[in-house]
Amino acid sequence: MVPTIVGVILLIFFLFNWVGGDPAMVLAGKISNPEQIANIRKQLGVDLPYWQQLLIFAKQVFTFDFGRSWSTNEEVSRILLTRVGPTLTIMIPVLIITTGLSVLFAIMVAYVRGSLTDRSIMVVCTVAMSISFLVYIIFFQWMFGFILGWFPVQGWSESFWKNLFTYAPLPIMLAVFVGVAPELRLYRSFFLDEINQDYVRTARAKGVPEKSVMLKHVMRNAMIPILTNVGISLPGVFVGSFLLEVFFSIPGLGREIITAVNRSDFPVIKAVTVYLAILTMLINLLVDVMYKYVDPRVSFK
Amino acid sequence: MSAVLSNPPAIPPQESPGLWALAWRRLRQDAVGMASLVVVIFFLLMMAASYTGLIAKDWSKEKGVSYANPSFMAGAENLEAKAMAQKEAAKAPPVDLSDIDPLAPRYKEWEERAAKIAVTEVKRSETLAFGGDKWGRDVLQKVIKGSEVSIFVGLSGAILAVIIGTMLGAAAGYWGGWVNDFLEWFYNIFTSIPYILLILSFAAVAASSGKFGKGIVPIVLILSLTGWTGIYRLMRAEYIKHSNREYVKAAQAIGASNFSRMFVHILPNVSHVSLVQLSQHTVQFIKAEVILSFLGFGVPVDMVSWGTMLAEAQNELVIGKWWQLFAAGASMAVLVTAFSLLTDSLRDALDPKLK
Repeated sequence: MVPTIVGVILLIFFLFNWVGGDPAMVLAGKISNPEQIANIRKQLGVDLPYWQQLLIFAKQVFTFDFGRSWSTNEEVSRILLTRVGPTLTIMIPVLIITTGLSVLFAIMVAYVRGSLTDRSIMVVCTVAMSISFLVYIIFFQWMFGFILGWFPVQGWSESFWKNLFTYAPLPIMLAVFVGVAPELRLYRSFFLDEINQDYVRTARAKGVPEKSVMLKHVMRNAMIPILTNVGISLPGVFVGSFLLEVFFSIPGLGREIITAVNRSDFPVIKAVTVYLAILTMLINLLVDVMYKYVDPRVSFK
Repeated sequence: MSAVLSNPPAIPPQESPGLWALAWRRLRQDAVGMASLVVVIFFLLMMAASYTGLIAKDWSKEKGVSYANPSFMAGAENLEAKAMAQKEAAKAPPVDLSDIDPLAPRYKEWEERAAKIAVTEVKRSETLAFGGDKWGRDVLQKVIKGSEVSIFVGLSGAILAVIIGTMLGAAAGYWGGWVNDFLEWFYNIFTSIPYILLILSFAAVAASSGKFGKGIVPIVLILSLTGWTGIYRLMRAEYIKHSNREYVKAAQAIGASNFSRMFVHILPNVSHVSLVQLSQHTVQFIKAEVILSFLGFGVPVDMVSWGTMLAEAQNELVIGKWWQLFAAGASMAVLVTAFSLLTDSLRDALDPKLK
């Protein structure tokens, strides 16, 4: 894990400080003289040799102090902390509902595998997956926001409960709608792998009720790959669905990243990327630990 | 006993079909696979035709009125075009200032000069085959041109990603040891950063430095430089499996060099894996291109792709002009569905054990 963190720091440094070009040119704007540019370079520290810049960057990562945003002069740590809230307000319900629904549907579809219901649901999923997320957002925002007027078209407020019950439902619904199809397909294959195993036949042969075969025997074994998959998607929760945040004007982390990329605001992008990489590694570690509780056969060495 | 062995039946010399011939035979049995292959080939032909200028050459010409109706709903009211026409008509005649205007004596001269330059007034039509966009461009031609750009970006990005992934995977799997350790470290770095953040970081750097080239080159590079990881992992596993096989040892015994063993002997035997990956990544990159172009990090503004069309479509839908959204969304959905089904069929055909 430590070598990977070092690698991530090196990669980000290489990208932004070496490939990224001279930030002073961007910041100084169109009308600038060499003196101003030299001044800005000094302020940003890009006139130092590369090894010193790298040390400064490493120090920034470990002290959680990335300085200030180049475009708004807001402290980067403050930007991150204030933007995480709205993102999580959207993404945590999305994660819970999507996982719950897809596990439920997957086990039902896997139970009637090969039937007309199963095949038609799979076809619907394939077609639904091939339509761009963009088209769904554009269409449903227009449909529910403009035409039917069930939800506000976009917006955000100060109060958490108002956000959750007024502004969040439409984005959450959209993300769930789009997220269920691929996960349903995936989880169905996990369940199918287990359903054909010998232990399932044994359980049936000794007269275990069908409900308990599916929910206890099959479910527990299929939970291992499902847990891995949820673990993989967890870091994404913090970035949020940036498309949703852009469309619905949600002041979250995803929209912040898009703005930062548009303005070449390197400190913000660097900070988000490094911390999410570290977070990803921590979550992977956590998932490994959780295996032990789901699957007693797993042991740590 | 000996009588049985002494007289073996004469078997006519028969060439056994190779991997690709067998796979093709299996693919032909698969109706869904063949149908999706036809659709994919149709799109590729359309892309080639539009690239060479056979069709949709003048997609950027403004042929119709603003938001021209599709010809199958010619009667529908077009408020936007009317508003534009009214604005044109309502222009008040210029106030006569010739007594105080110092340039007045030269008006006549200029008018004569202007008359010499031929201006062809294009008659803007009320309807277009599949409607028009804000500037009166034909949506049908636009979507053909957009398909060309989107498919080209997806395909070339995928080819580049497969090349990078195969090279690195071959090196790691074949050499093992410190090469493998180093490349695994590299792989871990790339996969520990969430994919979308990795893409956006590359996009930010590409936009500010301009070192990635111009036009659609940056987006192709961004997609392939961030998307090689899955292919690398699969190819590495294949190379580890194959490098100890007898045919590779035999090649070594007759003096084949390392390079030749890696790419002449092993590569053809694992290339079916990369073909499936190519197809899968094309779909993935087409989807990514659409989103990136929508956000403005994809193809440049003077080009059209499905992503830029959808970006325009968002505002059009509010005023009831649905055709651009439908055209771009539907053509993308058809291609992506066909490509994903083809990927599944290819996998089944190339690796029948998997099923």
